[in-house]
Order: sequence, then C-alpha cells, then structure tokens
Amino acid sequence: MIIDWQPLILTFKLAAVTTVILLCIGVPFAWWLANTRIRFKPVVEAMVSMPLVLPPSVLGFYLLLAFSPEYWFGAWLDREVGIRLAFSFEGLVVASVIFSFPFLAHPVQAAFQNLPRSLTDAARILGKSNWQTFTRVLIPNIKPALLSGTVLAFAHTVGEFGVVLMIGGNLPNETRVASIAIYDEVESLNYAAANFYAGVLFVLSFLILLLVYAVNRRVQK
Amino acid sequence: MIQVHINKQLHGANGDFQLNASLHIAEGEFVALFGASGVGKTTLLRCLAGLEQPEQGNIVVSGETWLDSAARINLPPQQRRVGYMFQDYALFPNMTVRGNLEFALRKGPDHKRVNELLELMVLGELQHRKPDSLSGGQKQRVALARALASEPRLLLLDEPFSALDAEMRSRLHDEILRLQKHFGITTVIVSHDVSEVCKLTSRVMMMEAGRIVQQGKPIDVFSAGQASGKFRFTGEILAIEAMDVMFSLTVLVGNQIVRVVAMPDEAAKLCVGERVMLVSKAFNPMVIKLEQ
Repeated sequence: MIIDWQPLILTFKLAAVTTVILLCIGVPFAWWLANTRIRFKPVVEAMVSMPLVLPPSVLGFYLLLAFSPEYWFGAWLDREVGIRLAFSFEGLVVASVIFSFPFLAHPVQAAFQNLPRSLTDAARILGKSNWQTFTRVLIPNIKPALLSGTVLAFAHTVGEFGVVLMIGGNLPNETRVASIAIYDEVESLNYAAANFYAGVLFVLSFLILLLVYAVNRRVQK
Repeated sequence: MIQVHINKQLHGANGDFQLNASLHIAEGEFVALFGASGVGKTTLLRCLAGLEQPEQGNIVVSGETWLDSAARINLPPQQRRVGYMFQDYALFPNMTVRGNLEFALRKGPDHKRVNELLELMVLGELQHRKPDSLSGGQKQRVALARALASEPRLLLLDEPFSALDAEMRSRLHDEILRLQKHFGITTVIVSHDVSEVCKLTSRVMMMEAGRIVQQGKPIDVFSAGQASGKFRFTGEILAIEAMDVMFSLTVLVGNQIVRVVAMPDEAAKLCVGERVMLVSKAFNPMVIKLEQ
C-alpha cells in the first residue's frame, strides 16, 4: 500500500494555522467579552457559541454562499483582494477559525472572568500599562484555560468534517484533509488507507488530550 | 496637603444615593474613613486611586491636580503614584513574593530596595514562595510591602485587616504604624473596626450615606453623645459555678472573659453556651459603649 501523507500534513497545517490565528484574535476577544458591559453582549455571546450547536453542514452551506464569487462578499473578495475562498486552503482556514472560535474563546473568557478584578486594579495602580497588565498579570494567570482552549481548538479543527466538505470539497493538496480522505477512501472501498488515516487521528487525538490533562494537573499543583 | 472634593452617584443596597465628600489630609497624616458597609468608603478610596471616576469633583495632592472635572483632568491610576492595599490583597499568583515586589518597582530593577522591604517586613524566608502558599497574615505583609515598593505618595488601605484573627491583626497594626512613621507617608485607611481606628489613626472621618458626618480625634468622635450611665454588653456563658450561696458566671464578651456574680434563681435559668446581656445601672463604670 502506498500511503499518501498529504491529507495528514494538510490537516495539521490547517489546524496549526487556524490555532495561531485564533490565539491572536480569540484571546483579546475573550478578554473584551469578559470585561465589556455593552448591552448587546448576549447577542455577541450567542453568535460566538453558534458553531457549538449548529450542524456543520448549515455553517458550511452559508459559508459556501458567502465565499462564492456568485454573491457579493465572494465577488468583492475576488475583485478587491484577489482571493477565492470557496474550495481553497485559505477558505478552509477562514471557516476553521469561525467554527473553532468558541472552543478557544469559552474557556479563556471564563478564566478571565474568574480572575479577581483587583489584580487588574493593582497592576494599574503600580503604574503598569494595559498591555503590561495583560501580558504579565492576566495571561500568566489563565495558563491552564489558555492551554486547554488552544488544544481544543486545534483538535476540533483536526476533526472537523462537515464544514470542510461543504466549502472545501476534496481537492488533493488543497482541501483534502484527513477526515475527508477517510470518507473518500471508504467510498472507494479502500479500507486499508481509511484505517491508516483514522488510526493516526485516533492516536494523535488521544495523545493531545492526554497532554492537556497531564499538564493541567501539574499546573494546578 | 491633599484636598478632595467628590460627587458621585452610588447604587447601594437600599437605593441610590450621592457620594458627596470633601476632605483635607495633611502631609504625613494617618486618617481613617469609618462607617458601616455600603456608605461609600471604598468608593471614595477608589476615586482617590483613580480606579473610579466621580461625576464631579477635584483632587489636588501637594499642589498637583489629579482630578478636576471642570477642566477635564483625570490622571489615570498609573500616574497617581498611590499605594493601595486591597481587601483580598490582590497579590499576583503567578509571581513569587519577591516577584510581586519587583513588579511594583517603578524605575526598573532595584535589588537594594526589594531586599530592604523584604527585611523590613520579615519576608526574607518567604521571598521565593508563591502567594497561594502563604497564610493570611503573610499575604497581608507582602501586600503592604508591595504597596510601599512603588514609592507611593499616598497609601490607601481598604479594610486590610478584616480577614485576620485578632492577634494577627494587632501585630500587623504595630507593623503598619511603624512603617507609616518610618516612611512618613500620608495614609488613609478604610475600616469599621473602632479599636483599629483608635490605635492607628490621628483623625477619623465618620461616613454615613455618602457623606462625612463627623470628624476628629477617634476617641472624641466615638465617645461623643454616646456615653451614658448605663453599662451593658452581650456575651456567651462559658461556665456557671456555685460559690457559697451565690453563683459565679464566666462570660465571654468579645475577646474578654468577664466574671460576674449571679443569684441562685438567676443562675438556675441559665446554662453554658447561652447568650446573655450584662446590664448594670447601679454605678457609672466609665466605659464607653462602642457601637457602629
């Protein structure tokens, strides 16, 4: 059996890129959400949580419409930025960021909310800027939540199937991630290959979660 | 000299009210804000620190304007150089004791000052421990050391001793008095503990519903209009012992054990553990009732 490693490499590339982007936007967003007093906060929270409850196909369907050059957003992107998000790796990244967002944002937001307000006050009184307070006081004190959020978002991206199928299709080296490859191999009755991809995902997912729980136990001690 | 005039709408448990306070504090003075919960003491302190903004008012500290709502001046807490001790101490859990102090320094690393403070607060042994592993009294000392590490011009203490037992509290009172004298730093403490206020401060400002209703020397303020010929306090019976025809009751009043004499018919109605009120009308014992 000749093993095609591309789907696995693509899967982890997608998960890594998504996780990095999520860390950059999700952590500040979670901090904002934890502290904001705006009136429409429940609306924002509901929107963030939507990917948790929606069937991935629903999300995928609307993203497909949005990304499609037939409609205004996709057309605008194509015209102004020169990017086509439908059936492309970039499109998968955007979709993954959206559907993995709550997996990072929720634990981090909860952790920010659990930090006593006085820690921020104390740092400000000691002359520290908001940025110094954020990086030296707040972030180090939510490490366990940050770790579990990061890993959950990563693992969830690795495991996503429905959205990817809807907007990515099955293009080798572009959108054919492991979960799609498994489906595809089974369709062509190629069980050995499907078993290989499935086994790798199974073992890696277990190892990732094991790492999180082990590290969190050490942090809590 | 610190001049404060503050106006702020507050949302209390019993409806909204105005925090409307004017006060002057002399350089190096140690004053107390005294009053029941929810009268605006902590809010006033937070306004001084810049953590909350009053709708209207001004704060001038040694000629420097920290707040002037008319001129739209409001220095952020970072620029006010106050030391603030929070009720929950607010030590940074991710840093060691030493780390907490070093973080507070304004002009970069200064081992000498950190060492001096660690020594002054008897924290040398604990310097590499994390706050979570410290006792309440130890955390309190670290919080105080950290507040002083930033070389504040004004020290604000928000009920710093409320979570400690009586003995620890008394020891820290001595410590804080010593430090306050050592650094000569103007200090405001929020408290609702009469003995604490009397022991530490030279002036108390009594607050009620957002206003300073009375101020002066603690002993004078607390005794004013409250001294009466009657002498009464409540306590818990620890022991009842027969002695000849009478009974001796041992009663715990606050932290003091008092022994009083009871008639047999009185003693028969009492048992150990019951709460009783001791009243004496026959003489004036020159004890001042301290009630909030």
